[in-house]
Amino acid sequence: MNTPQSLPSDSVGYVEPASVHFDEALSLESGHTLSGYTLAYETYGTLNADRSNAVLVCHALSGDHHAAGYREGERKPGWWEACIGPGKPLDTNRFFVVCSNNIGGCHGSTGPTSINPTTGEAYGADFPMVTVRDWVKTQARLADHLGIETWAAVAGGSLGGMQALQWAIDLPERLAHAIVIAAAPRLSAQNIAFNEVARQAIRSDPAFHEGRYAAAGDQPATGLMLARMLGHITYLSEAAMGAKFGRERRGEPNDYGFHYDVEFEVESYLRHQGQSFVDRFDANTYLLMTKALDYFDPAAATGGDLAAALAGAKARFMVTSFTSDWRFPPSASREIVRALLDTNKPVSYAEIRADHGHDAFLMPVPRYRSVFTTYMQRVAAEVGA
Amino acid sequence: MSPLREDLQIVADWVAPGQRVLDLGCGDGMLLRHLFDSRQATGYGLEIDPEGITQSIANGINVIESDLDQGLSDFEDDAFDQVILTQTIQAVQRPDALLQEMLRVGRTGIVTFPNFAYYRLRYHLAVRGRMPMSDALSYAWYETPNIHFCTIRDFEVLCDELGIHILERRVLSHDLKRPVLARVMPNLFGEVALYRICRA
Repeated sequence: MNTPQSLPSDSVGYVEPASVHFDEALSLESGHTLSGYTLAYETYGTLNADRSNAVLVCHALSGDHHAAGYREGERKPGWWEACIGPGKPLDTNRFFVVCSNNIGGCHGSTGPTSINPTTGEAYGADFPMVTVRDWVKTQARLADHLGIETWAAVAGGSLGGMQALQWAIDLPERLAHAIVIAAAPRLSAQNIAFNEVARQAIRSDPAFHEGRYAAAGDQPATGLMLARMLGHITYLSEAAMGAKFGRERRGEPNDYGFHYDVEFEVESYLRHQGQSFVDRFDANTYLLMTKALDYFDPAAATGGDLAAALAGAKARFMVTSFTSDWRFPPSASREIVRALLDTNKPVSYAEIRADHGHDAFLMPVPRYRSVFTTYMQRVAAEVGA
Repeated sequence: MSPLREDLQIVADWVAPGQRVLDLGCGDGMLLRHLFDSRQATGYGLEIDPEGITQSIANGINVIESDLDQGLSDFEDDAFDQVILTQTIQAVQRPDALLQEMLRVGRTGIVTFPNFAYYRLRYHLAVRGRMPMSDALSYAWYETPNIHFCTIRDFEVLCDELGIHILERRVLSHDLKRPVLARVMPNLFGEVALYRICRA
């Protein structure tokens, strides 16, 4: 696969990742300490003279720091190409956009595939569990490194939106706006259940070796593939799947194959998604990320009172949900909105009609783009970008 | 700042400096923008129309996508000084329930609506035998979002039944002009009615 011959004019174009190592120890919420860590990140646009136009983008479960543009030799752009670029909601002509790979990840930031300095071998299963709060801490250090005192906005969808919310709670002085898209104040039992099935798929794979598969020269490919297939089902709505695949089959139109090979198009899609995921993702990272999701519950610290948890927030909020998202449904976003209203926080909320399910936050849905763009233009005007 | 429509100007004049307001059906958010700028008011607008929501965001107000027919359960009792409902009551499923909700979350309310007993509308129905249309009611009967028309008298009877106290009433005649005849016979010559209400 080659990079496209000519890149779209509304893309940031070719991008190169950067990385920074922090020697300072990091105390994790789990009680463990990382003696140091590396963050891989990408930036798009230009930081203005008074360093006021920076936007932090937080990635979701399977994302990384490659949020926009094209890497040399790759055909597909970054995961939020729909929203980052010239003229897009996060307009790189006005904003300096930063996205880092979360620790625990597997694309350049310190995680299970990194070398554990105390053993000289990859962490593997020994990498400590990380939480959304831990990520916010590391992202704040990245902000320090880049000379950014206050983000014009912290933005993200899904697990990324949860990070934006946590930023507003933990470091209220360091962001002006929180853009919380297709997120939730905590996972539902159903959500945790899906995550648990995904984890069991990985952990029960004989090739998992209690997480030490790399040392054994193995990989729980089947388990990771199943986890991803399950995830994909929950990211799409029934209508989106129906529209995309229906009951389309390969082979003779009128005869079933009476075999277990790929027959229905939806099977082909899921297997392809699962298999390509195995090539680019680490199973231990997947386990860590799903646990970070399950543990996320900022209201837990205030006896379940989300409004109290958000009471100290100083950011202005833009909350967005999608009608067909059943993983993090509009009702979950409304709970965030309600908590903000309870303490008179500045908040706007849009419930976008979209058939794509949870994945809508990655798509160029016209109304979503319009609302997001309009909001960010006000943010840009505030910081003179 | 562009001048507000006459009826919205009266509403704005009813809002005291620094009050917390909730604008139900805030449209493009211009009224709230005006209240924020000229009255240092704070608060939120609720809107269901996507275009209105985008324009409200562009106007820099806090807008929450909401369906007024679902009530105001997102808001606590007495959360606002003023709850404003301009030219919207005729489009909700249960105006009586919404009025009660307004005065649950707000100490006082402001309601404006097109008076269905306005003489030109009566003429449409009585003489021409057609469902009325006017500047304030510009939809044909089959496409109108306005499903609960009322007259000035109807509204006051409803307030009485719900134990709602009317603090003040203003009536505007055609083209939102200040009333002459409407002062004497509001239900006949008033095209738009404006009320300030509170719990009795």
